[in-house]
Amino acid sequence: MSGTTTTAPAGKPVRNTRAAAWRGLSARRVRALARAELTLLVRNRSALFIALLLPTVMAFSLKSTADQADLSGTGLSVGTTVLPGAVGMVLLFAVYSNLVGVYVGRREELVLKRLRTGEADDLEILGAAALPSVTIGIVQSVLLLTGGAVLLDVGAPPRPDLLAAGLLLGMLLMATLAAASSAFTRTTELAQLTPMPLMLATFAGSGLFIPLEIYPDRLAEFCRWLPMTPVMDLLRSGWTEQLSGPETLRALAVAVAWTALGGYAVRKRFRWEPRR
Amino acid sequence: MDAIEVEGLKRRYAGRATAGRRTGATGQGFEAVRDVSFSVREGEIFALLGTNGAGKTSTVEVLEGLARPSAGTVRVLGFDPYGERGFVRPRTGVMLQEGGFPSELTVAETATMWAGVTSEARPPQEALEIVGLGGRAGVRVKQLSGGERRRLDLALALTGRPEVLFLDEPTTGMDPEGRRDTAELVRNLRAEGTTVLLTTHYLEEAEQLADRLAIMQAGRIVASGTPEQVVAERPSRITFRLPRDVLPERLPLNVPAAVDGRTVAVRTHELQWALTELLVWARESGIVLEGLQARSASLEEAFLEIAEAGNRPESGPDRPGPGTGPGTGTGTGAGVGKGTGTTTGAGTGAGARTGVRA
Repeated sequence: MSGTTTTAPAGKPVRNTRAAAWRGLSARRVRALARAELTLLVRNRSALFIALLLPTVMAFSLKSTADQADLSGTGLSVGTTVLPGAVGMVLLFAVYSNLVGVYVGRREELVLKRLRTGEADDLEILGAAALPSVTIGIVQSVLLLTGGAVLLDVGAPPRPDLLAAGLLLGMLLMATLAAASSAFTRTTELAQLTPMPLMLATFAGSGLFIPLEIYPDRLAEFCRWLPMTPVMDLLRSGWTEQLSGPETLRALAVAVAWTALGGYAVRKRFRWEPRR
Repeated sequence: MDAIEVEGLKRRYAGRATAGRRTGATGQGFEAVRDVSFSVREGEIFALLGTNGAGKTSTVEVLEGLARPSAGTVRVLGFDPYGERGFVRPRTGVMLQEGGFPSELTVAETATMWAGVTSEARPPQEALEIVGLGGRAGVRVKQLSGGERRRLDLALALTGRPEVLFLDEPTTGMDPEGRRDTAELVRNLRAEGTTVLLTTHYLEEAEQLADRLAIMQAGRIVASGTPEQVVAERPSRITFRLPRDVLPERLPLNVPAAVDGRTVAVRTHELQWALTELLVWARESGIVLEGLQARSASLEEAFLEIAEAGNRPESGPDRPGPGTGPGTGTGTGAGVGKGTGTTTGAGTGAGARTGVRA
């Protein structure tokens, strides 16, 4: 059975025109996958509850912390602490933690493996899985910011561009880090646990509960290199304009660097099927 | 051009215990596929058989482009299914060995999602009708039976009207009706020119469906060809029980017979001749052979023989099972029976093996 015909070179003319039809990323495929993912999110009550309610609840607890904190000399008010913090909560709970569960769950159900047998590109598969959570997160952030601004009597942000940059970079960063974290999460049960380090580091070190300005200088400087700190700084600067030009660039660079690092980890370590 | 070409394929898994860490250059690992070569012609049904762990799925996954080969080359429709994924995927359909559906989606939602990632897709409902799942469209995947899940899997594999179809154990878990439907469907697809590569545990299925097949054992192909060719290399079998007062030594056969108590099993490449000799002897001796059975070699027997040989502890991985041809003919000696005269006494297989092992 040595039917070993010599292989034609890969660039040979293609008999079937469909082969030539494949070109880069496809919005149609992303839409189909994201739609299925949205259906699944809506049917997963506990994930939906965490994504929708927890950030709001946490925002209230942020407010009571901020009410008690001595913010004098930090240039912050209760409103400009709570509003960026609320977006931070959305990023952590509705996007990051939720997506770790999504990626691990789809992997363990062999959905990712199955999708890879089809025409969808890897990036389309991962991006489409994140799309519903990211979209919900953005809508939620806008609602929280608008509602919070009215309730806490905070005016319109003087630098909406920084606010938007923080929000969008934060979404990208969280989705990327969620995919990277899923590589280190063996089971869906552990998916509750593996997001904890980043969440705790963000609570403590990225100015979510406590403004970094209160910390000693050296500790504050270290905290500026944490993944979520630049995002929080950008969000806050939307109101406070606390970042200088170079500081803004640095914040952008650090956030992009963490995203790139996360992307690299995904490329190298992401698992498309369960360990057996 | 062959639709599928596999040349010297090897696939090695990283050592399980050290999967997370970097293993050194001498990493132990496990070689699931060891130097496999075969080709599947366009429009042909090719079956890959083997016991669990023989390397079938590991091989098929490389062909599907899910994994890179550790060594060797693989071409599907002339392309590298891993590196040139974008060119291959629109023309192939894949049915994985298990699952891969979100359990909370309905059948229709799953089919719609799949159609959305497939170019020139059949309408989802049409794909479901083909496999007989049209009436289950609104049911959640988690509520489907095992057989229904296989049907759904098949529906997705057919969605893109593939030129090459990979079916990894398509009928496992299906009831007999489902198996029959699937076999008929596969035959219809071949009639339309589809190339099909399937793995299966049901040997009669492979025997009926496959144009050609290969049997894998411990990562290697140990037999291949058309079902007829693979079977033709195997001896037929006669079994019966002797009466208590008849010693096996009285048997007239000059072919090797395995005796277990009163039960005798004869393996021969000359079924008609051996059977005639046996029956004539029995009649002339007035002996009743209880439970007499004579069976031509079947794929199942060929398969079991290969599997048994592979399980024998002393058979090293480099020894591909039993020899195929008639053995070196150490039959028990000249015919003892009366009458049958000078038939040439074709000595057969099993005798040779004892010699080799000793």
